[in-house]
Amino acid sequence: MAREINIKKGLDIPLEGKAEGKPEPIKSELVGICPDDFPGYTWKCDVKPGDTVAKGSPLFHAKEAEGIKLVSPVAGSVEEIRRGERRKILAVTVKPGEDVYCQLNTDSLTEKLKLSGLWAMMRQRPFDVVPDDKTEPRDIFVTAFDSSPLAGNVIPTHIAEYLEPGLEALKKLTKGTVYLAVRPGQGLRTKAATVLDMIGPHPAGNPGVQIAAVAPVNKGETVWTVDAGTVARLGMLLKKGYCDYRAEVAITGPAALKPKKVLTEIGASLKDILKGELKEDESLRVISGNVLTGVKVDPETDFLRYPYRQITIIEEGDHADEFMGWASMNPKKFSIKRTFPAFLRGLEKPFNFDARLKGGHRAMILSGELDKVFPFDIYPEYLIKAMMAGDFDRMEKLGIYEVAPEDFALPEFVDTSKQELQKLTRESLERLRKDS
Amino acid sequence: MSKLKKKIDSMKPMFEKGGKYHALHSVFDGFYTFLYTPNETSSSGVHIHDSNDSKRTMITVVLALLPCCLFGMWNVGYQHHLATGECVGWLAQFFYGLWAVLPQILTAYIVGLGIEFIVAQLRGHEIQEGFLVSGILIPMICPVSTPCWMLAVAVAFAVIFAKEVFGGTGYNFLNVALVTRAFLFFAYPSKMSGDSVFVSLGGSTPVDGYSGATPLGQLATATGENVQIYGVDGQILDFSNLFWGTIPGSWGETSTFCILIGAIILLATGMASWKIILSAFLGGLGMSYLGCAVGNPAYPVSMVSPIEQLCLGGFMFAIVFMATDPVTSCRTETGKWIYGFLIGVLAMTIRFYNTGYPEGAMLAVLLMNCFAPLIDWCVVNSNIRRRMKRLAV
Repeated sequence: MAREINIKKGLDIPLEGKAEGKPEPIKSELVGICPDDFPGYTWKCDVKPGDTVAKGSPLFHAKEAEGIKLVSPVAGSVEEIRRGERRKILAVTVKPGEDVYCQLNTDSLTEKLKLSGLWAMMRQRPFDVVPDDKTEPRDIFVTAFDSSPLAGNVIPTHIAEYLEPGLEALKKLTKGTVYLAVRPGQGLRTKAATVLDMIGPHPAGNPGVQIAAVAPVNKGETVWTVDAGTVARLGMLLKKGYCDYRAEVAITGPAALKPKKVLTEIGASLKDILKGELKEDESLRVISGNVLTGVKVDPETDFLRYPYRQITIIEEGDHADEFMGWASMNPKKFSIKRTFPAFLRGLEKPFNFDARLKGGHRAMILSGELDKVFPFDIYPEYLIKAMMAGDFDRMEKLGIYEVAPEDFALPEFVDTSKQELQKLTRESLERLRKDS
Repeated sequence: MSKLKKKIDSMKPMFEKGGKYHALHSVFDGFYTFLYTPNETSSSGVHIHDSNDSKRTMITVVLALLPCCLFGMWNVGYQHHLATGECVGWLAQFFYGLWAVLPQILTAYIVGLGIEFIVAQLRGHEIQEGFLVSGILIPMICPVSTPCWMLAVAVAFAVIFAKEVFGGTGYNFLNVALVTRAFLFFAYPSKMSGDSVFVSLGGSTPVDGYSGATPLGQLATATGENVQIYGVDGQILDFSNLFWGTIPGSWGETSTFCILIGAIILLATGMASWKIILSAFLGGLGMSYLGCAVGNPAYPVSMVSPIEQLCLGGFMFAIVFMATDPVTSCRTETGKWIYGFLIGVLAMTIRFYNTGYPEGAMLAVLLMNCFAPLIDWCVVNSNIRRRMKRLAV
């Protein structure tokens, strides 16, 4: 029996540029894995340029838990250890060669997860980091859909059949329950997990919202969250002995020339997958991920970043020079408030957004606006104030353990005061984690 | 890029660090962002933003105030011509009112914004828009004959001691416009109440039977039952005068009709909380019925019929434009119900039973501003208790 969960607070941002159709396979000529995508551990590089790696060979290990690896999604040779300021490793790049799979010589499920790099694809609450391997999770939440703007499939079609064995395996990792959150229309039903039918707008697809609706995380508890694509890869690893690291990526956004879906390697070079997608002579922002939580990337030199599902291209808008924008009656300016006439045009029709803040940073003025898109039993404003004050005790009392930065994405979007709420949440969670 | 933008951009270096006019960079920034929405793009977190910002928010509230403001200007002229017995058209009445209140509006804006500009400059902040609303609100809730120097002193006091010392817009816990009004009320009581301050005579001789007392003022000093309210020309006022606002009073808050238009604009755009307005209305209405039911002749104001009671004085204006100030009201949804209701009850209680203050709305809102953080604290704590209980189970 599926359990129905109705989310009322939230917002589906009507962004132009949805990708439709079947994914077109694209082979990337270079892939890169960025350790910054996996917070919670310090990653030590295991390879040097010129080394030969197989598909699934480790590129990094976690300093704090040596068994946890980040692996190469392709077989080939290590091209470069890309470093930034103070020699910090930004990425390890691998040039694909002949297909060779790395064999995992272990029977332990946990070891298989860690060695195959799939462990690092999971997250834990509290703190929204790669799970601590010494803690057993209370429950595991698997999410089979993405409700964020223009999102594509979470489960790559070609490995969807392995979801069931993957879920079966997850059951062995917790004494609690494995939940699978789906959209009712997806038709996903399984006996291997408790199915949650999520109804309502974004952030219905955020694991935090699903956890909050079922059993919120309390202090001292740990809950793991993982996307169903990773679970399907785990299922394949267990059934076949190797893992398919390809991902279905939706190339979307109002500034994408031809929104489409591609099937490519995890960490594929953007130069390869964005060929013919970018308008020339325009100031564009390419985002790996969605417009709410994605990372700004350079389409010439960067790679597809975790969670490896979507690219969004929007105009930068930094030369818009909008004259007296505060007085604008332009119906194409989106606002969920009726201070702009966009609501007359219909807020469900697609809008073109650029990257401008559309206002200056201010102190909190309007009340209740964040609550409308924040489906938690938490007072977001008070939690934000506690985070700004760095008051750990108050943060705990107000529910910091239940949230991840992504849960503050919609509040950040609607915020009239244009505050950087996700950054604040990430910094606060990190300080709290280090303190504990 | 337009010529204007090019011109302004070419002036920008003079206001930047090391430039000739760096001391005025906040003022320049203020005007720059007024003319052109900043091109600043997001550097962390979400990549797109809702178009609503603080400027649009404030301008929407000013728009909601306009009906009251324009009507108030006309009414100042109308009352003047009633009092002096002159017969002129409505346009002449409007312009009379405009000239009468314009110095007040300019004084409030020049003093208030001047302080905002100086403080922004000292702190190195952008200029905040909060005073755009306060600047128009302040003259509207004052008697038309308030001298500009008094207004200037009161505005300076309120902006500095009720807002800037706490950190500026968004950090104040008292409504700035009401602090200005309260300062005037307590510092210069003779100029803020009585029979001679609410009608602008402009040096002319009033007609026979003239009285400049507001309806509430007349009620507060009345004795006996079946009290009649008279207009400035000695004619009896009825409900329609109270509803449309053709009565003497603080010039921006007499017309219940225009206040309702403002309320509709605020509620439709989501700039005010319907919970606060509704609960304050219900609190006021309930208290009016109670006052009527008790019917103590020692307090004649309490015996006015409840609907007329709501249209009198500054009650409606206060619950629509003052109580809903998001910064100084309760910020939790449950808190808003309690806060609004108590404002309604307290405003009427003060009006009925404290004859020293003919109108209680100002004091009720200020008092509840002080209690708003406490109410929110209780609401948030119940959420914390719920979380702690979950942990204990």
